Amino acid sequence: MRNKLYPSYFTWGTLVFYSVFFILPSLMGFYYSFTDWNSYSDEIAFIGLDNFKVLFSADEHYVGFIANTVNFTISTVILKTVLGLAFALALNEGIRMKGFHRVMLFMPSIVPMLVVGLMFKSILNPATGLLNESLRFIGLGALAQKWLVDVNWAFKSIIAVDTWKGVGYIMIILLAGLQSISRTYYEAAAIDGASAWHKLKYITVPLLMPALVVTTVLNMLHGLKVFEVVYVLTNGGPGYATDVLYTAIFKEFSMGRYGVGTALSSLLFLFMTVVGYFIIRLMAREGAHEQ
Amino acid sequence: MKRKVLQRALRNGFAWVLSIVMFVPLLLILVNSFKDRVGANAMSMSLPKTLHWSNYTTVIEEGKLVQSFVNSLFYTTASTVLGIALASIAAYIFARNATKLNRFLYFFIIMGIAMPINFVTLTKVMQATQLINTQLGIIVLLAVMSIPFSVFLIYGFVGSVPRELDEAGIMDGCAPFRLFCSIILPLLTPVVVTVGILNFMGAWNDFILPLYYLNDTAKWPMTLAVYNFFGRFQVNWNLVSADIVLTTLPVIVIYLLGQRYIISGMTSGSVKG
Repeated sequence: MRNKLYPSYFTWGTLVFYSVFFILPSLMGFYYSFTDWNSYSDEIAFIGLDNFKVLFSADEHYVGFIANTVNFTISTVILKTVLGLAFALALNEGIRMKGFHRVMLFMPSIVPMLVVGLMFKSILNPATGLLNESLRFIGLGALAQKWLVDVNWAFKSIIAVDTWKGVGYIMIILLAGLQSISRTYYEAAAIDGASAWHKLKYITVPLLMPALVVTTVLNMLHGLKVFEVVYVLTNGGPGYATDVLYTAIFKEFSMGRYGVGTALSSLLFLFMTVVGYFIIRLMAREGAHEQ
Repeated sequence: MKRKVLQRALRNGFAWVLSIVMFVPLLLILVNSFKDRVGANAMSMSLPKTLHWSNYTTVIEEGKLVQSFVNSLFYTTASTVLGIALASIAAYIFARNATKLNRFLYFFIIMGIAMPINFVTLTKVMQATQLINTQLGIIVLLAVMSIPFSVFLIYGFVGSVPRELDEAGIMDGCAPFRLFCSIILPLLTPVVVTVGILNFMGAWNDFILPLYYLNDTAKWPMTLAVYNFFGRFQVNWNLVSADIVLTTLPVIVIYLLGQRYIISGMTSGSVKG
């Protein structure tokens, strides 16, 4: 009866599109990782683990790209969560024009990353950029840096730009979580003489945990897939200092070294699918609970 | 009492500071898009002495923006419609007919929220399907990329549509496909609007797919055109700024009109959990 009412062939189109353009490339990736596929010759030969040997050899920079990606992910997860939570706590009550501030704080997350990158290329320009100009204007010229050019600052600047773009989004998720916490908990704690720190530690954070888990997951998935912000701001430079996985893959692709690019991509796929499996299982289960 | 007033003022002040920090970069671009070349060189917040609207006409001609705008609009609209059609019907069947297989397939699709795409081997698939460097190819890819999250959002919503309606429809002699189109789909409007706006913005903002799969400049969307324009006119920040404004304006307008849907859509699935 159900199959007649809700025939499964209705889903076939979706499944075919999704499998062909989303899943198939990743599966093919495992095969091509073991080949010398490139743009210079039409023949593709099986070369075993050579591509992976290249990736992990000490003469190459690929391990550094993986480290950068991990560094970027961990840094942005921590920054966005801590700042987002701090902002959400500060703005939780007693704010006038709430709607206006909400629209403003959310704005960066809807602007194209490419545009954000271009904007900050101007703002972080060492000579004429708004940031250094402002620092000089308020007499802190000594703090001015060559943000995107200096090896010590380039990656930190990229992390900061990404945080600027994403923190408002995280804050609004956490704010919604905060507002669902009943005030009675805080009142009861106040009667017991709890300090602000204790309230945060024993009431707010535990009750906010589901929302915090979700924001961490979102930030992590975003961080591992980072591409545009790096591509636009530094394109991996200076040298290879700021290259991440996806910019490295794009460079391999541009140079026609498809085998190595695929191997790199497959590593990312393997890692994210394993991590994703647990996260998505949780999401699927929670969705089912609601019904 | 006094302390409370002070705290309130501090909180509100902080809210304003945050809002300004988020807005200044956008304002900076807007202000400089009206300056002449020399004035924009410094990229400062000072207001332009006269409004140089000519920047916009120059950009539209030099950057071939009319073409790119039409392209972007086409890709975005077509992929949003295709994506919603594919996602809604699958989500509907998965939610209504929760067999073991369907539950697995639902999970299989929403795994795409976490899985990264292998852009290198996707080239092979695009070549085999003859979609590489075609407009249809970009539309299909944009639609497919939107499927996992759309299915996730719509699936959650289908559960809230009472099954009795389906039964009533069947009593009246609806075939399964008509049941979906004329009874279920209209009831899914709220979630479809949310998903539609999110996918529209996602497709408009996308940069990576055309970067990989469109070589032909005549087929470029706004994002790729603006990036290319930046490469050619780096020294003319007034023009680059005008170009950025034109690229960003449509998303900002949609955002301001549909902010309720957008904010709830982007935060749903997270707050509920």
